[in-house]
Amino acid sequence: MGASPAIRPMTPRPFRIEAVRPETPNVFTWTLRPTQEDGPLVFQPGQFNMLSIFGVGEVPISVSGDAEQSEIWVHTIRSVGTVTQVMETKKAGEIVGVRGPFGNTWPLQAAEGCDVVLAVGGLGLAPMRPTIYHVLHHRERYKRVYLLYGARTPKDILYPDELKAWSESGALDIRTTVDVGMDGWDGEVGLVTDLISDIRIDPYHSIAMVCGPEIMMHFTAKALFHRRIAPARIFLSMERSMRCGTGWCGHCQLGPTFLCKDGPVYDYPSIQPWLHKREL
Amino acid sequence: MHYRLEASDLEQLLDALKADGYALLGPQRQDNAILYDTLESVADLPQGWTDQQEAGQYKLKRREDAAYFGYVVGPRSWKRVFLPPRKRLWSATQQDGVWSISEEPLPTQKVALIGVRACEIHAIAIQDRVLREGPYPDPYYTTMRAQSLIIAVNCTQAAPTCFCTSMDTGPNATFGFDLSLTELLEPAHCFVVEVGSPKGQALVETLGLPAANDPDQARAQAGVDQARKQIKRTLQRDDVKALLYRNLEHARWDEVASRCLSCANCTMVCPTCFCTEMEDITDLTGDHAERWQRWDSCFHGQFTHVHGGPVRQSTRSRYRQWLTHKLASWEDQFGTTGCVGCGRCIAWCPAGIDLTAEVKAFRESEHTQENNKR
Repeated sequence: MGASPAIRPMTPRPFRIEAVRPETPNVFTWTLRPTQEDGPLVFQPGQFNMLSIFGVGEVPISVSGDAEQSEIWVHTIRSVGTVTQVMETKKAGEIVGVRGPFGNTWPLQAAEGCDVVLAVGGLGLAPMRPTIYHVLHHRERYKRVYLLYGARTPKDILYPDELKAWSESGALDIRTTVDVGMDGWDGEVGLVTDLISDIRIDPYHSIAMVCGPEIMMHFTAKALFHRRIAPARIFLSMERSMRCGTGWCGHCQLGPTFLCKDGPVYDYPSIQPWLHKREL
Repeated sequence: MHYRLEASDLEQLLDALKADGYALLGPQRQDNAILYDTLESVADLPQGWTDQQEAGQYKLKRREDAAYFGYVVGPRSWKRVFLPPRKRLWSATQQDGVWSISEEPLPTQKVALIGVRACEIHAIAIQDRVLREGPYPDPYYTTMRAQSLIIAVNCTQAAPTCFCTSMDTGPNATFGFDLSLTELLEPAHCFVVEVGSPKGQALVETLGLPAANDPDQARAQAGVDQARKQIKRTLQRDDVKALLYRNLEHARWDEVASRCLSCANCTMVCPTCFCTEMEDITDLTGDHAERWQRWDSCFHGQFTHVHGGPVRQSTRSRYRQWLTHKLASWEDQFGTTGCVGCGRCIAWCPAGIDLTAEVKAFRESEHTQENNKR
């Protein structure tokens, strides 16, 4: 055989865990750097990588870092399954495998010149963070920008220091609510959908990006619709089992699409027929 | 232009392929079924055997003649040549905390597929849409496809499970082959040969085949016509996508789920089903790791596992996924139906579930509703 062929889409590249940052209970953030230089790491906000622990398995994890940092990948991970529980035990310096990025992106260009509503639930803030960084880097391109965030409890609020900084800079109008309050919490208690009625937007020139549990996105989209944001201007990031990222394995089908290559971001009209259908 | 190959010269065709460096794969009698496997010579072919198929049934039976290709289709499809049931993708080794990853070498052996049915050629073309013509071509699949040669055999008989005429995929091959053969038993045992590619033309020239005369060609056509006439199963496919999409919550799914065992047989025998699982393994030291890709099925409980459990927990939802994927969403995804009408899923379903009957049930229930409205 001649020259070695380009790396195949199913082959991970070794990355070193440069830093592990604990976030909330069971949630941590990795900074990953390739062990071999191979050009800049390019991704679009909304995309994901397949992360491997050798001999254990592989899971899809959204990129939660800044797209302008092209020498590292940042991933925020919740320890919930076989693979992520092992990930939680990994320390800085250890090697993991990375394939990607895969998937499509949030409509950041279409949102230029518009009011932007970012509505996130739970860990949905992680895949939205690259969008937030993008908006902050190019703040002049967007009008009012809301971040509506619902967490389970005050302890589950992700990236609290950054939220505070973004809010204090005045760049973002951040509204946070929790399902269940606790001592010392003097903020909102309730659902993300409750926050939508209070925002001030020009509905005809607004774009909404929603990321969270499917039920949360379903009701958030409805609430946004009642603020007269057109369905085609509401975008959701969907989740299903993903095993390949390339459309070969069939696991991530939802109706007529494969989330890994057609999604995970969909405009509401194209995914609405398949949303909130039991066991689809 | 059609040629004539004497049945007694079939070995010469196989020899010519071998001389050209091809490993041969073809039908043979194994485990009381006709399976595709490595072929050494004409003697391996299931000469004088046929299959009897019905919903939930498959049996081999002696023929009264010496036909080499006198059966229809067995449980094994050609997809395993291009998408093996299990293959290693890469292996990785750790030394002093550094992992080095080596990709599995791609196969280099050319293969000749002998006895590919028309419906199977369509199945290969459909898998091409998925694994060869998408944004990420599968390297193993594309390599094997590029180094494969296809000798089609047109059907001159059909099984009761066949419905290729509804799917417009048979009974004779019209594209996607290097050579196609139509086996004639009378008045002399021979094959009418059609060339489908330059490689096929070269083979015909190597063998020095004479032209087929008009009566031979007419007999070949009559054989195909006979198969077409034998096909009684039907599936109305023009509006099936809309029909299924309209009925995602229909009670019929519960009815079929009460019979379906969720055993995944239909997906294993289906020549277009392509779903796979990635499996990581390691040794006891943890210093050696491998990833394998193996066939998976939408009928398996863990197929849709996400944190919190599988999305499709019930058999109802899994059968609905399979049928709507085959006949509806496949079209959205790949611009073609996912069914070729080979009937394997009908024969090899232990409960004898027949997708053509299921589609009819949806259609009839809509007619009944319409009539009740009037």
